[in-house]
Amino acid sequence: MMWRRGGDSPAQSSLRCTHIDSVNAVAKPYIVSESNISRNLAGTRRFLRALFSRSQSTLGAALVAFFFFLALFGGQLAPYPKANDQSHDARVSPTLDIGSLQLGAHPFGTDRLGRDVYSRVILGASSIFRTAGLGTAISVVLGSALGMAMGYRGGWLDELLGRVIDALLALPALLLALVMVGIIRNLDLAINSWQAALADEVTLLVIAILYIPVVARVARSAALDIKTREFVAAAEIRGESSAYIIFREILPSAIPALVVEASLRFSYAIFLVASLGFLGFGAPPPSPDWGLMVNENRGGFYRLTPWALEFPALAIALLVIGVNLMSDGIRRAVQKGGA
Amino acid sequence: MILFLRRRFAFFFFTYLLSSLMIFFLLRVLPGDPARVIAGGREATAEQVEQIRAELGLDAPLPQQYLGWLGDFARGDWGASIAFRGADNRALISERSINSGRLALVALLLSVPLSLTLGVVAGLSENKLPDVIISLLTLSVVSLPEFVTGLFLINIVALGWAGNPLAEALGWWFPASSAVPANASFGEMLPALWLPAFAATLVLLAYISRLTRAGVIEELKRDYVRAAALKGIAWRTVVLRHVLRNALLPTVTVIAISISWLVSGLVVIEFVFGFPGLGSLLIIAIERRDLPLVQAIVMVTVSLILLANLAADYAYAALNPRIKL
Repeated sequence: MMWRRGGDSPAQSSLRCTHIDSVNAVAKPYIVSESNISRNLAGTRRFLRALFSRSQSTLGAALVAFFFFLALFGGQLAPYPKANDQSHDARVSPTLDIGSLQLGAHPFGTDRLGRDVYSRVILGASSIFRTAGLGTAISVVLGSALGMAMGYRGGWLDELLGRVIDALLALPALLLALVMVGIIRNLDLAINSWQAALADEVTLLVIAILYIPVVARVARSAALDIKTREFVAAAEIRGESSAYIIFREILPSAIPALVVEASLRFSYAIFLVASLGFLGFGAPPPSPDWGLMVNENRGGFYRLTPWALEFPALAIALLVIGVNLMSDGIRRAVQKGGA
Repeated sequence: MILFLRRRFAFFFFTYLLSSLMIFFLLRVLPGDPARVIAGGREATAEQVEQIRAELGLDAPLPQQYLGWLGDFARGDWGASIAFRGADNRALISERSINSGRLALVALLLSVPLSLTLGVVAGLSENKLPDVIISLLTLSVVSLPEFVTGLFLINIVALGWAGNPLAEALGWWFPASSAVPANASFGEMLPALWLPAFAATLVLLAYISRLTRAGVIEELKRDYVRAAALKGIAWRTVVLRHVLRNALLPTVTVIAISISWLVSGLVVIEFVFGFPGLGSLLIIAIERRDLPLVQAIVMVTVSLILLANLAADYAYAALNPRIKL
């Protein structure tokens, strides 16, 4: 373990020893049948019970569910559903309306342009969930397919790709992300229209590309372990194709490890989206991006409208803590032998 | 041991080669056409682009360009900056890296003793009150993004402290990191380093302390610990003489890996505090589309990280008698 490491999360390095255990604990899906499905259901139920038995995990899941609700229905919930609605005239000085005559009109106040901070915080949930969620989903799907194929097929390609992945993971994620942002930001000077379209989804793309190798490494080590089992040998003797074996025999057993990895990646993705937004490399200025809102309202504006910085920062903090608690809980629940 | 070191060196070499290839090809080949970017984007005429292409040697075959670029980098010829109007990239980067190095040094001096202590205390009291408190603390404080804690430190601690009569009486204050001249001496810079270094400490705290805790817990379960305890050796002696000696050995590597974490954190922290370091230079370079400067900064950073990792492997091999494969 000492020499297969990279700049990765603390949770992950402890995970690497436990993956194998959790994978071993899974019932062997020798025959794909109804009994197998009911066993999976029982496993899921056991997993959920283990997850919600810890109050920290429940709190995390509740926080994530709350923000997910805002992300889904933010458009209906926000009093000023257009993110750039200026309820006050821009010349009117920004106010925090708690205790004033307009109580309830702007519970989080308005920013220096007269935009309702409450609405913008609510509307911002959908963009962070969309970017981090889609980016994680893409990386998990592609990364686990790649990793399982590498682990199952082996050979020189696996060897080479494995080295490349190790090398990539030795570099800090934010540095790689910034390099990619630097490249993509230059694309709008290029002529192709598809390149310009790419530039609109910088953060999503960065997350997907950045996490594919990370997920692939986890999927690879899971596949290496699973492929030694009898049911894989049986499928090989039956003459099944590699694709069948990877997706129908190996994948079901690798799911616990992949679920843990996906939740961990999602929590890092949220963090990265917020950081890139704050650095000014996320969504372009008028959009209600939390990181961007924090950046726009720091410095001299902080004295004028502190609430325009504090509420988006609080939203980021709560969501990041929630996602962390939840992914920590998922890891513990899977280790207990659920799913 | 020779085999281990050779393998680690091969990994270092391969990673370095791969990163330099990536940095070169991604930044020079992918973004459309660097000559066009330098000539001024879409408005540039074909002749202007061709002229710049010839000047920069971009008409040579790619492998030749790559070797030429790598050679230039090794010789210290990193070109002139676009963003800083022709300033020498090497002068810019070396000044900024010294500043970032100072910040990193103060951060490591603060975080390593603190997180080792927390990790050992948590590990010795597994699942008891101190452990629960420490893990909640590290989990919640550290899961906050650096810019949130950074802004909190600036707006609440530094500004609150500034108006505080007690602080004024004592003459203690936190000067703005953004006001520090980039070429200040270490002594002049130190007062401005505390707050950003503290923010960076929080980045490392959870990482190092959690791994230390895991190491202590693992070591406590070993047979020799039980044997020593059954022999009647005082628990304090068992812990200090035997457990910690073994449990703390891997932290050499952990600290080296955490440097890669520190780099990510420092980019954001330097930006928040306006500190004139390498990270804030990188942000400026990307914002102003100065690709040669971005290339040089990333190459320098990657070199430092990989060298730190290699040094840690060698230190680990020297300290651990078990690696004699």
